[in-house]
Amino acid sequence: MQKLLDKTGQLIENDPWIFLPKDFGGPVTGAHQVLPLQFWQASEPGAISRDALGIWFDSDEEPEVVAEYLASWPCIGIHFPTFMDGRGFSLARLIREQHNYQGDLRAFGHIIPDQLFFLTRCGFSTFLLNDSSQSFEPEMYFDNFSVNYQTSADQAEPLFRRRA
Amino acid sequence: MYIYDHYDKTLLEERVAQFRRQTESYLAGELAEDEFLPLRLQNGLYIQRLAPMLRINIPYGMLSSAQLRKLAHITRTYDKGYAHFTTRQNIQLNWPRLEEIPDILAELAEVEMHAIQSSGNCIRNITSDEFAGISADETEDPRPWCEIVRQWSTLHPEFAFLPRKFKIAITGSDDDRAATQVHDIGLQLIKNGAGETGFKVLVGGGLGRTPVIGSVIKEYLPAVHLLTYLDAILRIYNRYGRRDNKYKARIKILVKAWTPEVFAQRVEDEWQHAKDGPATLTEQEIARARSFFSAPDYLPRPGLTVGSGTSADQSIAEVLPVAFNRWQDRNVRQHKIAGYCGVFLSLKPTGVAPGDVTDQQLETIADLADRYSFGEVRVTHQQNVVLSDVRQEDLFALWKDAKAMGFATPNIGTLTDMICCPGGDFCSLANAKSIPIAEALQRRFDDMDYLYDIGDVSLNISGCMNACGHHHVGNIGVLGVDKKGLEFYQIQLGGKAGGNAALGNVLGPSFFANEVPGVIEKILQTYVDHRIDGEQFIDTQKRIGIAPFKECIYAKAA
Repeated sequence: MQKLLDKTGQLIENDPWIFLPKDFGGPVTGAHQVLPLQFWQASEPGAISRDALGIWFDSDEEPEVVAEYLASWPCIGIHFPTFMDGRGFSLARLIREQHNYQGDLRAFGHIIPDQLFFLTRCGFSTFLLNDSSQSFEPEMYFDNFSVNYQTSADQAEPLFRRRA
Repeated sequence: MYIYDHYDKTLLEERVAQFRRQTESYLAGELAEDEFLPLRLQNGLYIQRLAPMLRINIPYGMLSSAQLRKLAHITRTYDKGYAHFTTRQNIQLNWPRLEEIPDILAELAEVEMHAIQSSGNCIRNITSDEFAGISADETEDPRPWCEIVRQWSTLHPEFAFLPRKFKIAITGSDDDRAATQVHDIGLQLIKNGAGETGFKVLVGGGLGRTPVIGSVIKEYLPAVHLLTYLDAILRIYNRYGRRDNKYKARIKILVKAWTPEVFAQRVEDEWQHAKDGPATLTEQEIARARSFFSAPDYLPRPGLTVGSGTSADQSIAEVLPVAFNRWQDRNVRQHKIAGYCGVFLSLKPTGVAPGDVTDQQLETIADLADRYSFGEVRVTHQQNVVLSDVRQEDLFALWKDAKAMGFATPNIGTLTDMICCPGGDFCSLANAKSIPIAEALQRRFDDMDYLYDIGDVSLNISGCMNACGHHHVGNIGVLGVDKKGLEFYQIQLGGKAGGNAALGNVLGPSFFANEVPGVIEKILQTYVDHRIDGEQFIDTQKRIGIAPFKECIYAKAA
């Protein structure tokens, strides 16, 4: 059973996005399709409708190669092959902070509730969790800390500039 | 010493609460073993051979007497009454109970201590020079910079799941007592032509199974850019460091694969995005950090000092015991303030595992710190303790007190001042035991006259190639290896820590444990036979090479 959460820990119902698998070979039919990067790159320009389209990156892929298109995608996914693979944290900050991306940035794959706080700080806005825990209360993972030292996607000023 | 404000305290309290919840979930079976693993590691908790092991950070090696007393209380209440100082300025408990770890962390938080990121694939405790702030040879006190980096690295959201562990050391001295050349990042404080503070930045050093001396990737980084530049290095490593093989996952492998030049360029490019941004340090923040490490209230130099050569001193010196003079020679160091000195408390008496301390000893160290050294001590990566600000005229009284509590073994820098990891007696990674080797050597070489004649020599012991005992940079390195279930020991020669660090070379085939003391004796004899007046072990070894040692040791077999 999977749960989609927003960054306050609220459950999102009726999410329109459909994530297509990495080996997806086409054709793209319908709206709200989130395509693997490789498929999008291999497609002829104009062959895929840019409307209501998203792209997802695996942890070893480089958003830089499609930098000019990032802003045009309302949904960007970042895949975590395992929760120990921390590359997605860097990709999220890169997309948010260097490319000023404003759309929905979604973490999916193997992430665990105790990563939600860090994921949020790195700029993710939605989270697809494999919920195996009976007592899972999402709220308690988002508010673990009221203090953080560093600059991050959700807090440009580091603590030393805010210290009073 | 840095003092926490309400931000620092709040963060620590929230961290304790978070870990309490994580531990309870795990114990209730709601959190899977493999998902709890990195969470507990990032709070310093290993599951070891016999019990959990909790590693507590001692940021850049500084402890107050109040913290020492709290550690004593914790070892007594939650453990078996002793703890172990590590080779990275941390302290470990060997027998805590998992369900009590949150309580231990809460007690530590009361004295502004924690175990955050003391293990796991994240940025570890920031280490430094045990003589920071008191050494005459330093460009600048590294501790304010250590604290700035400690805060930046603490719960950094982007770098909690790196390819592998990540260690940073900062030094202000050319002598490099912080071993910056064998860290993932080494930062050396320097001044530019205009006298402004900056850093020489090294990356990719490390010991472990692939020992490497770090490469300079930035000759001079202006100090205000420290954090943005570190962010850039870590981002490049986080994205491109290998994750397919844990033995190839340290940053040194990436730097080697790309070459230091290419790595430096990638960092430079990445850095441009954040340079001059909000994470650029402010003069105000630098001043704030420095304010915590101002000099204590030193007294003016007293008229009478031991050993200063005046006629009054002569008469005192005559009645002082030889043992005191020896201790002064070996265990006391110069201080930049006249009339003061730094004093080593040796944690290497014969029969005790190097770095082990009892709860009572921790309290005694606290008492000595209060009586003689402004209530503060330093922990060294050679696993000793330094009282950093002792008046020279107090030395005799301190010696007597230290002697009574077993801290005055006058062996600092000698063969028996060994660095030694916990080894196979405790550690689940080890291939072989290391503590019994250390003890056998301590017993074999317990003649102080002989040790003094041998002079400065570092002997470092690791129970496996992860090299927690820094065997590669010991003048004599001992490495435990496993061959078909049997424990053997490989000997290396020619390693050196400090300013011009060097990695040792393997002497030849390995030995059984009971052969090691005899082999070390032959190595020392070879040195004695070849040394020229005043030459230290490492100098003789460099001059004559490894062959004469090989001949002496393996001659019989030939």
